[in-house]
Amino acid sequence: MAPAITFAADEISSADTGFMLICSALVMLMTPGLAFFYGGMVRVKSALNMLMMSFISLGIVTVLWVLYGFSLAFGTDTGSLIGWDSDYVGLSGIDKAEVWSGYTIPTLVFAVFQLMFAVLTPALISGALADRVKFAAWSLFVVLWVSVVYFPVAHWVWGTGGWAFELGVIDFAGGTAVHINAGAAALGVILVIGKRAGFKKDPMRPHSMPLVMLGAGLLWFGWFGFNAGSWLGNSDGVGALMFVNTQVATGAAVLAWLVYEKVRHGACTTLGAASGAVAGLVAITPAGGAVSPIGAIAIGVIAGVLCAMAVGLKYKLNYDDSLDVVGVHLVGGIVGSLLIGLFATGKGQSEVAGLFYGGGLDQLWKQAAGVFGVLAYSLVASAVLALLIHKTIGMRVDEEQEISGIDQAEHAETAYDFSGVGSSSAKPTVPARAESNKVDA
Amino acid sequence: MKLITAVVKPHKLDEIKEALQAFGVHGLTVTEASGYGRQRGHTEVYRGAEYTVDLVPKIRIEVLVDDADADQLIEVVVSAARTGKIGDGKVWAVPVETAVRVRTGERGPDAL
Repeated sequence: MAPAITFAADEISSADTGFMLICSALVMLMTPGLAFFYGGMVRVKSALNMLMMSFISLGIVTVLWVLYGFSLAFGTDTGSLIGWDSDYVGLSGIDKAEVWSGYTIPTLVFAVFQLMFAVLTPALISGALADRVKFAAWSLFVVLWVSVVYFPVAHWVWGTGGWAFELGVIDFAGGTAVHINAGAAALGVILVIGKRAGFKKDPMRPHSMPLVMLGAGLLWFGWFGFNAGSWLGNSDGVGALMFVNTQVATGAAVLAWLVYEKVRHGACTTLGAASGAVAGLVAITPAGGAVSPIGAIAIGVIAGVLCAMAVGLKYKLNYDDSLDVVGVHLVGGIVGSLLIGLFATGKGQSEVAGLFYGGGLDQLWKQAAGVFGVLAYSLVASAVLALLIHKTIGMRVDEEQEISGIDQAEHAETAYDFSGVGSSSAKPTVPARAESNKVDA
Repeated sequence: MKLITAVVKPHKLDEIKEALQAFGVHGLTVTEASGYGRQRGHTEVYRGAEYTVDLVPKIRIEVLVDDADADQLIEVVVSAARTGKIGDGKVWAVPVETAVRVRTGERGPDAL
């Protein structure tokens, strides 16, 4: 996020406002995009649950953000840890013409743009929890997690007065606040709730690679709003640099992942291409405003290879990061955040230069501090929240339900109708409550 | 009468159908099947994790024939189904006690 350094600030620009409204809509699309990306990767019996874990965030976090989230994240700072502004509660004290301080857009536009980030971040975590988490427990987790982890961390990284922001940690669009945060949270939760039934034993092939590719495409598209929009419409060219670097790093990461797996496993896979794209997008997210396009290629290649290596770790270390949230988002986020310390040119969003551009190690240490602070807090706090829910209402569905399929057990639906003629009978009447959890299969 | 059953590669279905029509067979039943023989399954890789898919898709064709035609019909199916590569499938015959045409009630070879 931009330090307040610009031009004709504090006056609303219709161009910037229009651009930022479009960017907000683009970021919104990332959550259903993510749902498809994850949904295609699970087995048929849990595809809907995977979609719903993302989609519910659009409901829960939207409401919480309006009620108190925006205030906690972007209100007046207390102790470098949290914000609060009673005008922001319910967004009701914000005049529609009020300008976001230091910029050229209404505060309401900034609030809704940031809302979309808050929606996406908990949805990212869900990929690690495939097939096995009660929908009610997940919903409660989202409520608690954004309140205790996301809102404060967004304040640390982007809020005026937040400790990481004041330290000078560069996080353009959410490498630490979104991706390291979500990746570390995923790790914390899976260490509490454990593995899927049959992990490392049963085949858990993705049920629809075309859905995964569709989701990756939507993510890539939406990410332009996520990244380029994070300069909030300022017309100094940094938003354009970010847009270019987003494309460049992502393309490079796709190639890097594919080359790695061709050498290592003998084939260029669609899942590799989709995963490489997401790894590149994650890694350029914090860095794209600070590096050159050549730097973006380097970051994309490094992230593509390291993430491709990291996704195998779960089998060696025996933890079930089902869809590689740790391997892609935590690792990719760390890569991008740290590489700013090497590749920052000093000619992008600020004059801070990295090691390769004569800036010494100064920025690298700051980046490491940001990475470690967010990672450690999110890991511990998320594990504690998961433990709290696990010990009370329970995080997991019964093993029998998990094996027969969480879609039927939790949502009373199945993703696809594979049944032949006569295998289900139409019931024109509204089913009684007792029957509503059954699905004709 | 005999029931000839062929479990073969799916892409050979059209050739087999045409060969059977040319031979004078008036009807057959086709089901999608899955299984493996000596070729076993195949391996797929997802993010570096290898999955062995044991059961490969096959087509199961069933034809009822008069005893006299059975051997020749088996030959027709086998030559139409053959690619020469592992995984071409199997064809077998079993005796059938009776058959009835539902519409007319005809029995035995008349029902074919």
